[in-house]
Amino acid sequence: MRTIVDFMGTDHRACDDLFASAEDAVAQKNWDSARGLFERFQKAMAHHLAMEEDVLFPAFEARTGMSSGPTGVMRTEHAQMRGLLQEMAIAVANADHDRYLGLSETLNMLMQQHNLKEENMLYPMSDQVLAAARDEVVRSMEAMPVQDAAP
Amino acid sequence: MSLQAGLSFEQAPPFALPLRFFLTAPLFLLAAAGLIVWAPEALASRWAPQALALTHALTLGFLAMVMLGALLQMLPVVAGESLPAARRVAWISHVSLVLGTLALMTGFLMAEPAAFGIAILLLGGGFAVFLAAASISLARAVAGVTVNGIRLAVLSLAVTLLLGLALALLRAGWWFPPAIETAIAAHAAFGLLGWVLLLVIGVAWQVVPMFQITPPYPPRLARWLAAALFALLLLHAAALLFFPAAVPIVDAALAGAILAFAVATLRLQSRRRRKLADVTLDYWRLGMASLLACVVVWLAAQFWPAWADSDAYPLLLGVLFLGGFAVSVVCGMLYKIVPFLAWFHLQAQLQAKAGSIPTMKEMIAERRMRGQFRLHLAACVLLAGAVLWPQLAIAAGSVLALSALLLWVNLLSAVRRFSGYGGRFS
Repeated sequence: MRTIVDFMGTDHRACDDLFASAEDAVAQKNWDSARGLFERFQKAMAHHLAMEEDVLFPAFEARTGMSSGPTGVMRTEHAQMRGLLQEMAIAVANADHDRYLGLSETLNMLMQQHNLKEENMLYPMSDQVLAAARDEVVRSMEAMPVQDAAP
Repeated sequence: MSLQAGLSFEQAPPFALPLRFFLTAPLFLLAAAGLIVWAPEALASRWAPQALALTHALTLGFLAMVMLGALLQMLPVVAGESLPAARRVAWISHVSLVLGTLALMTGFLMAEPAAFGIAILLLGGGFAVFLAAASISLARAVAGVTVNGIRLAVLSLAVTLLLGLALALLRAGWWFPPAIETAIAAHAAFGLLGWVLLLVIGVAWQVVPMFQITPPYPPRLARWLAAALFALLLLHAAALLFFPAAVPIVDAALAGAILAFAVATLRLQSRRRRKLADVTLDYWRLGMASLLACVVVWLAAQFWPAWADSDAYPLLLGVLFLGGFAVSVVCGMLYKIVPFLAWFHLQAQLQAKAGSIPTMKEMIAERRMRGQFRLHLAACVLLAGAVLWPQLAIAAGSVLALSALLLWVNLLSAVRRFSGYGGRFS
């Protein structure tokens, strides 16, 4: 079975990819394609954040007894990301090029340093503490449908 | 991995901690530029007192200043460990680095033994405090390629410091250390290729793929390069002491390691997913091109003894490595770190909606960063020229001064926006 590091790390790469495609379309002011790509990116992000908040973090918290530790910091940064994503949705709807690129630059920094902490620390720790329950956690996350995730 | 490792990733340290380092550094770059204008002979020989003062204004006042501030900020993110007593460590190491660098520069310029004595106490004490705190944090950190690079960089800083202290004791007239020439060569090698380059390499493994969304570095390179470079630095010092005939072989291996890093970085950047114009990317590319130029200049010296023995050769290497590579990469990093921290702290403090505070890009005007990059590039070209044609020195120093000043103004503009929106520094 896959580890949480592998499974969630791969999902980070997929989100990055959509992020870059949407940003590229905005940079070229190709608005039709930008809106479609941004929507896919936003859905992928919502799905990723929901997998963590609804499955991984509760499992981690239950196993370690830490609910305000690392997962608390991660949830705070998720809220910051959601704020930026909402503003980006407005910018892409209004075809506001400069605004979108200012927000996307900020989101990229926030998202990348966040992913670093998860991939270097939280995910390996989760693999370790969840041990036998790991496969079950990965399966539950995999089973979450993308379209149902609230943005 | 112990369960406790990496569990303390609390939020970033207060903005004031790293910021004091970042806002002081451009003033030392300005001082370095002023020194060139005031005493152009600083670019005539690496042993001129003015050249030694200039080198330490750049390495301690600018580079180490930013790097200590950046480590305070980055260790919690990359290693899951903040520095113990971070506030006190930041305060002590900042004040002693500022005053110690000024004392050291005074010592060189005035040939004043007492100033060296003061520099020894301040720099020795300040760095010792920082090194102790960083070691505790790095010992507990979750291992990885970046943490390994930072560990070896910090170890190299300790070696550089000890050798530097011994050499300063000589200048202060307190002690006559043995093997002075080897100590000087090892001090420069561990300082530049150890502390500065290893830290950039360790940080590059994370930030190069992250800023532009590129593929990761080849895993084998990321795994072995820092350790190989550090081992070569040890071999280099040993060869100088016991087997000088082997020095060129070790040097060639060092050049190979530098080449591998620069080429791998440029290749990754050419395969980036984010194609937008970005001043940090341009700074990194200038830095990597300068590393390649260092290798070419070194190679020329291997085949052309007259060039190897000239005063210009080590000075040109110094200009390319310090100005072209190190200062460039550090400027590029400052333009990402400072706007991001300004945004991050503002958002966290005000619990602001993303739409109600400036984005990272609005913290510093793009056009002003671009202008500063062009000035820096012009300063590098002029400085390299001034090594060969001394009449260019004053122009080179003046352009460097403008570039340093604009860097400072640009960073301050982000800070002004931050406080204008009600951000708190501590």
